[in-house]
Amino acid sequence: MTLRRHLLDPILHENPVTVQILGLCSALAVSRTLEPALIMAAAVTAVLVYSNLVISLLRHVLPGSVRLILEMTIIASGVIVVDEVLKTYAPAIAETLTVFVGLIITNCIVLGRAESFALRNGPLHSIADAVGNGIGYSLILLTVAAIRELVGTGSLFGVTLLPTLDAGGWYRPNHLMLYAPSAFFLIGFLIWGLRALAARHVATASTPVTRGQR
Amino acid sequence: MHDLITLIGQAIFTENLALVFLLGMCTYLAISKRLTTALGLGAAMLVIQTITVPLNNLVFHTLLAPGALDWLGQGELDLSFLKLVVFIGVIAASVQILDIVLLRFASPLHQALGAFLPLLTVNCALLGASLLMAQRQLDLVQSLAYGFGSGFGWALAICLLAALRERLAASNLPGGLQGLGITFIIAGLLALTVAGLGTS
Repeated sequence: MTLRRHLLDPILHENPVTVQILGLCSALAVSRTLEPALIMAAAVTAVLVYSNLVISLLRHVLPGSVRLILEMTIIASGVIVVDEVLKTYAPAIAETLTVFVGLIITNCIVLGRAESFALRNGPLHSIADAVGNGIGYSLILLTVAAIRELVGTGSLFGVTLLPTLDAGGWYRPNHLMLYAPSAFFLIGFLIWGLRALAARHVATASTPVTRGQR
Repeated sequence: MHDLITLIGQAIFTENLALVFLLGMCTYLAISKRLTTALGLGAAMLVIQTITVPLNNLVFHTLLAPGALDWLGQGELDLSFLKLVVFIGVIAASVQILDIVLLRFASPLHQALGAFLPLLTVNCALLGASLLMAQRQLDLVQSLAYGFGSGFGWALAICLLAALRERLAASNLPGGLQGLGITFIIAGLLALTVAGLGTS
């Protein structure tokens, strides 16, 4: 029962991006088109599962004082493997992701979950938590990427859905979506929407939880 | 000399770490409520960035780059895949050392910056700048300029955001938009301005 909660909670109620405000850099920067976003989501989830599992297994032997550095090393070793795999099997995608694969090390979702969950829970629950947070992160990343690619270029995964004017169609692509600011706007509106929705759900309670939290 | 000024200018404005490359976002959005705190954080970032980027450059070119170990007779060795773990180690170590040095020799400065230093270890703007430096194959002097420029740019960006958020603190916004939501929109508008500087 709790295992299910650990898996499902981070997907919406405790979403790492919109609620815990973790892992924003990559959610903003890699969300231009769907394909790299999908690879990035998979890479982050893989690192998250690996680091949560290893740290959870080592939680009784990790000395408290140098804990952070050891955790960073564990995470970094996972990221190096992912980086090398991507460079070997998907060099074109690795090229578009540039430094952002390496930056999974400092993606605060990974360290955040290791610190606040894996250090205190068994391996099975830690994996459930990692998968849940990975899916929650992927959900936001893919939603933003889908909107940006569709509105910005009229296609999804490079497949044209709205024929653009340049190609003789009718759709005039909104190039703003291809620049960095649009990611801020989209995630801002997404948070607004999600919070408004959550506020409606708890409207019966005396104080809305989401209001003035920060 | 002219090239260096261009490099610094690029790092501050057209390639601003926070607003163009979107690095260091967690700290950028979470700790920008007050201008004074933002100033402290920005100053800490500037100092650390100016130290770690050239330091990582030195480490990269003497130990990790392809052919860098020629002096050991291991010229064909390419350790550049280790750069992730080495860079993060260098960053964590220099943050710690700076913390101790400031505590010993400049305690007022330590009081102002102290709380932010440990936070910066996991800030991706630091690692990001070092990785970009390695990717662009800058030399030592260039990396010093790049470190200074990118740190200054990030500090500028967080001060701008904090000043705007202070102004907005008392405004009447829809409930769901308050706090984080509006911060994203402001950051988006700032990013739009910087994007405008880039296209000339």
